[in-house]
Amino acid sequence: MKERLVVIGNGMAGMRTVEELLKLAPDAYEIQVFGEEPYGNYNRIMLSPVLAGEKTIEEIMLNDLKWYEDNNITLLKGKKAVDIDRKARKVIADDGSEVEYDRLLIATGSTPFIIPVPGHELAGVVAFRDIADVDAMLEAAGKYKKAVVIGGGLLGLEAANGLMQQGMSVKVVHIMDTLMERQLDEPAAKMLRTSLEERGMEFLMGAQTASIEGKDRVEKVCFKDGSSVDADIVIMAVGIRPNIALAEKVGIHCERGIVVNDTMQTFDPRVYAVGECVQHRNETYGLVAPLFEMGKVCANHLAKHGIGRYEGSVTSTKLKVTGIDLFSAGDFTGDDTTEELVFQDAASGVYRKIVVQDNKIKGTVMYGDTIDGTWYFDLMRDQTDITDFRSTILFGQAHLGDSGHGDDNRVASMSDTAEICGCNGVCKGDIVSAITEKKLFTLDDVRAHTKASSSCGSCTGLVEALLAHTVGGDYSVAPHLKPICACTDHTHDEVRAVIRDKNFKSIRELQQFMEWKTSDGCPKCRTALNYYMVCQWPETHSADDAQSRFINERAHANIQKDGTYSVIPRMWGGGTTPDELRAIADAAEKFNIKTVHVTGGQRIGLYGLKKEELPVIWKDLNDAGMVSGHAYGKALRTVKTCVGKEWCRFGTQDSTHLGVELEKMTWGSWMPHKFKLAVSGCPRNCAEATIKDFGVVCVDSGYELHVGGNGGIKVRATDFLCAVTTEEEAMEYSAAYIQLYREEAHYLERTAPWIERVGLTHIKENIVDDAENRKQLAERFHYSQQFMQDDPWEARANGAQQHEFNAIKQINA
Amino acid sequence: MSDWIEIGTLNDIPQLGARVVTSDNGNIAVFRTAEDKVFAIKDECPHKQGPLSQGIVHGDRVACPLHDWKIQLDTGTAVAPDEGCAATYPVKMEGNKIMLSLKPNEGCPNQ
Ligand SMILES: Cc1cc2nc3c(=O)[nH]c(=O)nc-3n(C[C@H](O)[C@H](O)[C@H](O)COP(=O)(O)OP(=O)(O)OC[C@H]3O[C@@H](n4cnc5c(N)ncnc54)[C@H](O)[C@@H]3O)c2cc1C
Ligand code: SF4
Ligand code: SF4
Repeated sequence: MKERLVVIGNGMAGMRTVEELLKLAPDAYEIQVFGEEPYGNYNRIMLSPVLAGEKTIEEIMLNDLKWYEDNNITLLKGKKAVDIDRKARKVIADDGSEVEYDRLLIATGSTPFIIPVPGHELAGVVAFRDIADVDAMLEAAGKYKKAVVIGGGLLGLEAANGLMQQGMSVKVVHIMDTLMERQLDEPAAKMLRTSLEERGMEFLMGAQTASIEGKDRVEKVCFKDGSSVDADIVIMAVGIRPNIALAEKVGIHCERGIVVNDTMQTFDPRVYAVGECVQHRNETYGLVAPLFEMGKVCANHLAKHGIGRYEGSVTSTKLKVTGIDLFSAGDFTGDDTTEELVFQDAASGVYRKIVVQDNKIKGTVMYGDTIDGTWYFDLMRDQTDITDFRSTILFGQAHLGDSGHGDDNRVASMSDTAEICGCNGVCKGDIVSAITEKKLFTLDDVRAHTKASSSCGSCTGLVEALLAHTVGGDYSVAPHLKPICACTDHTHDEVRAVIRDKNFKSIRELQQFMEWKTSDGCPKCRTALNYYMVCQWPETHSADDAQSRFINERAHANIQKDGTYSVIPRMWGGGTTPDELRAIADAAEKFNIKTVHVTGGQRIGLYGLKKEELPVIWKDLNDAGMVSGHAYGKALRTVKTCVGKEWCRFGTQDSTHLGVELEKMTWGSWMPHKFKLAVSGCPRNCAEATIKDFGVVCVDSGYELHVGGNGGIKVRATDFLCAVTTEEEAMEYSAAYIQLYREEAHYLERTAPWIERVGLTHIKENIVDDAENRKQLAERFHYSQQFMQDDPWEARANGAQQHEFNAIKQINA
Repeated sequence: MSDWIEIGTLNDIPQLGARVVTSDNGNIAVFRTAEDKVFAIKDECPHKQGPLSQGIVHGDRVACPLHDWKIQLDTGTAVAPDEGCAATYPVKMEGNKIMLSLKPNEGCPNQ
């Protein structure tokens, strides 16, 4: 017999947990849900747009009644759980009925706090929590004129804005002198107040409510100082309290909320709790992002997978009032030990403050233009060292050079036909309708359904911004540390550490050890794991699993859209000889090559080869002394050079020679992503060294070394690393830098984003400041290279891996 | 009635890999999973005809090498949210020998 799971509370946290559970273990439980509210599960945070007339109730339903049916869940609609018999393991409802459980999940949310002043029970005094409250407000808006909102926080202002949109005249009463004092500092609060006043909202600040008066329903609100205002409806939005009444009554340990551990269990291990009713590590939460994280962990535990712990959340706040952009996160007040970075432009209504401690972000407040809020939030959550871009951080990510999309980020103002994902041709309209129709909450969901951002990924920021814009609130906030893929909860760094420390040399064994959720992973994690193995154990041939490599690396050629392959032999430093060219020309004729093309990396590509032809053409090229150019791999690609001082009248050093030496040293090495070098003979920089992963610019006094450039979709100029005087030094620095990248970057992370993630200072500390460390890094690179510099083409031309290239059987009918 | 053709042995296909059977009616990809299950599918992704035999095999699925569509090996259908299918062919093991029938299973129009 199936175990029985009973859920009390049909709200956002409870149902998210059930959804996660169904994903992991669809048949593990017979599920029954108590829901006091007479609806399916709806998106509570969208009540504000509903009140403002921007959305309908139907539009904000997350799980309709059919969903419960389809998933065999019994929804006890309109039933309130009033008691729990923990010995007999049953829940008792307000109509006297009983339901037995094996495991119980309490997700009762919060109750709005009502100030117990005289008159608080009069008709026309409502809270702002559920559909019934919104109905009451909409009804009042149809009949009456004057609304008073008590509470100038997030909820109060959203209610006030909604009622104003419904045509009421609205006064907001706030006990403090500034609005949203828990989320905003004074300048931001003032700007907010000014723009709300411009829209017609009125404020009574520093006002303490003494009583609410009226005969049959409210008529006025009176204050401690003796003054009063007229009111046809009063909205109390002064805060929420975790709804712990039931848990407390049955003796489950509660403080401010129901106390739970990292696996979301209460003091009674059969009883779990998630959502706003919970107190975890002394924190209670009032936003959905943390509740969803809790749900994930709880579901994992209920499914008896037993991995994943909830370790608390960092949250951020946005106000959902159309036309007002406001963002706040973390500690934005600061103290003696912190510094403030402030940008203020009153005329255009923009304000940004970042509180910094030891060059790390502690908190931020933004008003007017919040497009960079997510970026600051990520920097804060990851505790990134901002030294390198501190002087421009206030101008936003667009200024970093890497964003590429800069102004496009203003997703709100983009038209529906604007293309967001270039690779997959997905427009804004497609994404927005997928998000709303299919109820998507995460980037992964959007990727799966629309394919946007699933290819080159450069539109990820835009998709995230769209997600945040469309669902509102903080849905898009990714979990603390991103797991490699959906097969695991572990991050890139965690996996690498285990491979290293526990000596894993087989992907399968590693996956078993780290409790992968899928039997043998997916293309995303397998390719990553394989790289990590190859990087960690270069000498262990068997650690490299061909079946965990993408076809290009398995076949040592690039697959083309028609299933044929391209072949690009290496040309050291971009140089070639008549003999090589002759051999290429012969091969092109022999294999009837239609396209012979000079690539951007200074070599020649032959296109349109059938797979079985590959070893044959490689043999011809090998015979002429040529080897694989690795143009197909996450590997060292090319070293681009100019002719330098040998020929050029401006040349300062022998750039071609250095380029060839660098390519001889680095070819054959596998990398987290493709890797390009260049050497220019003088600062005129004809080899475009400043948009390469590693670039050398020769000068009279020696060699300037540059790192982290990129010439792809997101153009990024390199950062200057340092200058050296000899070729040998340039070689050593390059080897050390490459090895640092190989050891630290995440798979599929190019050097540009890697450097932005870890900071240039970190690179300098490792390569420039610490000579001993540099030497060791370079040595580790050379050690690894001993095992990498066998030409893969030669082996295959001589018969290795035949099964890769030949049909198992040819059948002629 | 199907005519079984011997195409090779299990050892001819790497685990989590595939080989191709060429025929006048187009290529058929023959897959071997980690559990040594063998499947035969038309070597054309329903999306843009990518050669599925070149993809990464994981679980009972293969990821198309061109645009990463995931195709279910037992049914030939694309994994949601993608939609489409590639024809599957009957395969069976006789000892270590892999037997293939060139008559596609019913159900998918892309034969
Ligand atoms: C107007 C508004 C705007 C918001 N805006 C945002 C935002 O922009 N961003 C953000 O992150 N968060 C926002 N929130 C907060 C967010 O909605 C909550 O954090 C979230 O809904 C809490 O989920 P929960 O499951 O813990 O509680 P709830 O969603 O409240 O669910 C609890 C459910 O349990 C039911 N219940 C309680 N006791 C019993 C019982 N004994 N028997 C049966 N059923 C019971 C209740 O009726 C309720 O339906 C907003 C909230 C409101 C009200
Ligand atoms: S756009 Fe890509 S090209 Fe580009 S971004 Fe999206 S997945 Fe691609
Ligand atoms: S970079 Fe300088 S040395 Fe090299 S070709 Fe250009 S001008 Fe000449």
